[in-house]
Amino acid sequence: MYTNFFYTLRREGIPVSITEWLTLMEALSVGLADSSLSGFYYLARAILVKSESHFDQYDLAFQKYFQGIETPAQLLDQVSKWMENPLPPKMFSEEERNELLKKLGLPDWESLKAALEERLRTQDGAHHGGGNWIGTGGTSAFGHSGFHPGGVRIGGESYGQSAVKVASERNYRDYRSDETLGVRQFEVALRKLRQFSTRLDGLKDQLDLDDTIDETCKNAGRLKLVWTRPRKNSVKVIVLMDVGGSMTPYANICSQLFSAVHKSSHFKDLKFYYFHNCIYDLLYLDASNNPRKAVKTEDILSSLSSDYRVVIIGDAAMAPSELMMSDGNIYWGLGNEEPGITWLQRIAKKFPYNVWLNPLPEKYWDRVHGYQTLKIVRDIFPMFELTLEGLDWAIKKLMVRK
Amino acid sequence: MTEQLSYQGTEDYIVSNDLQNSVNISVALKRPLLIKGEPGTGKTVLAESIARSLGLRLIIWNIKSTTKAQDGLYVYDTVQRLYDSQFGEQNVSNIKQYIKLGKLGEAFESTERVVLLIDEIDKADLEFPNDLLWELDVMNFYIPETGETITTNHRPIVIITSNAEKELPDAFLRRCVFHYIDFPDQKMMEEIVHVHFPDLEKQLLAEALKAFYWLRSISGLQKKPSTSELLDWVQALTIGGIEPSKIAQEIPFLGALLKKNQDFDLTLRQLHTRGTDNSSRAKRGW
Repeated sequence: MYTNFFYTLRREGIPVSITEWLTLMEALSVGLADSSLSGFYYLARAILVKSESHFDQYDLAFQKYFQGIETPAQLLDQVSKWMENPLPPKMFSEEERNELLKKLGLPDWESLKAALEERLRTQDGAHHGGGNWIGTGGTSAFGHSGFHPGGVRIGGESYGQSAVKVASERNYRDYRSDETLGVRQFEVALRKLRQFSTRLDGLKDQLDLDDTIDETCKNAGRLKLVWTRPRKNSVKVIVLMDVGGSMTPYANICSQLFSAVHKSSHFKDLKFYYFHNCIYDLLYLDASNNPRKAVKTEDILSSLSSDYRVVIIGDAAMAPSELMMSDGNIYWGLGNEEPGITWLQRIAKKFPYNVWLNPLPEKYWDRVHGYQTLKIVRDIFPMFELTLEGLDWAIKKLMVRK
Repeated sequence: MTEQLSYQGTEDYIVSNDLQNSVNISVALKRPLLIKGEPGTGKTVLAESIARSLGLRLIIWNIKSTTKAQDGLYVYDTVQRLYDSQFGEQNVSNIKQYIKLGKLGEAFESTERVVLLIDEIDKADLEFPNDLLWELDVMNFYIPETGETITTNHRPIVIITSNAEKELPDAFLRRCVFHYIDFPDQKMMEEIVHVHFPDLEKQLLAEALKAFYWLRSISGLQKKPSTSELLDWVQALTIGGIEPSKIAQEIPFLGALLKKNQDFDLTLRQLHTRGTDNSSRAKRGW
């Protein structure tokens, strides 16, 4: 009964499990739905949906299943999902472009729209690097980071300048929780970042069993209690995050990491700063990179002790001048006397426990736009990709001095 | 077959239809009810209301950041036993007297059906809910020290509240019935305030709610005022004897509604622009 509703819900991205489905069946069999549609609505929602962030999707699925209402907004979400983990932009040469132009011709908007609708109906998953389906880095009329003479750019950055219309604005603002990499997994990974110590301040309110036994023995068997301080995490963390520009496509994963770090209450101290492309004499206190809300990098270097663990998140891909030259700062008017690389080296020297997390997949590191600077940065900081596995490696690295 | 209990809300706790439904579903299915919602929407009070409405005893287990799942089951006071063995008069061979049941254990052992409230489960460690899965599923646990199994004859009604400070594990969520308490709309809010202040003037209430929902609509507030703050504020208004006509204009005793400095400043600025629009720079009395 209603089995299709189960699949409709799952298609909408609600993580309904079979256990929950069977619970619903049990509830129906004892008549909890009051034999009414609205009763069923609340019953199924209470049992199947476990987060208010899915209520909207539940409503969509419900409407769809029980009334067959089309929901274009939901289709867009579907497309956004295919567009995650894109290929890096593929650069087509002039000859290639002309050849493609000849081969594909310039379609008119109406037929393009019809074709897009048809693709939305029939496409079943992510397709990257091809020539027909919605995807990235290919020559299909739909997607981004590829080339098609008259295509629709769906999400992504404008690279080929040939997109007729941007069909989706919601691409990376997707907060659905059915992504494989969630905040919780990040949190679990971050929990490994700890080092217990009893030498911190605090009340001695825990029984020290070993010492108690020792002392009791010394005391000829008369009980003598020894108290100690509880073990606490002594790890202190500085997070430096690159925002804006080339980091925009990764905003989603970065914000997940951000919330995971902030939810981790087990650090002794946590400092969060922002920068744009490269670190110079200022570090910003919020993502707007406003120089009025900034601290001097020098002050951080001198005031914080060197046992802080430094985690830098950025793509490390920039113009070589931004890294190697003085006054290379991408913000006009914010000159820097010393090149960015000097600052990076200083940070690495002062804080020996350091890692760089890069949202770009590792396999593209030596051919992505800006690979020159990426390579230089990699020589200064041990670099890992911003995935669950990469984070695990990075945390292992952070626990030992390199 | 146990008798069907049906929760209808209580006089002092206004409950929406779907919340009432959710409670009854969870009772009928014998699954924990997980309650989420904005702070101050009455998550904790719900359990009290259920207990009172069904005439059951309420056991509250308040979760703190240091709470371990084991604390809820039982604690074996080894130190007391060791101490007694040396200085005490009683016989220490009976370990049972050193086993102290936690709140969960207490609920299991009770001879009658109880309502168990596990309050703010998200405060605890990340793994905490997972550690409770088995016990909440089968409603019994084993004490190895005494070889005893604490098991329940009357499955308690378990209410769990969460402020969504941490994500709860999927395995745990799968076993719960979930309800999200929406912020009450103006009509329902009127009823709620009426329950607490039955003698309140209609006009005062209407004006106060107008100001309250206007405050909540200001974008950028760090902490929106909630029901409990509204109730405090209404009380302050009645005690202060404020003219109803002045409430929406001046919002006296703003401190009862807003708890953050930045929110305060933001609201004053908004109030100021609104005030100059009405070309009446009223003096304010907080």
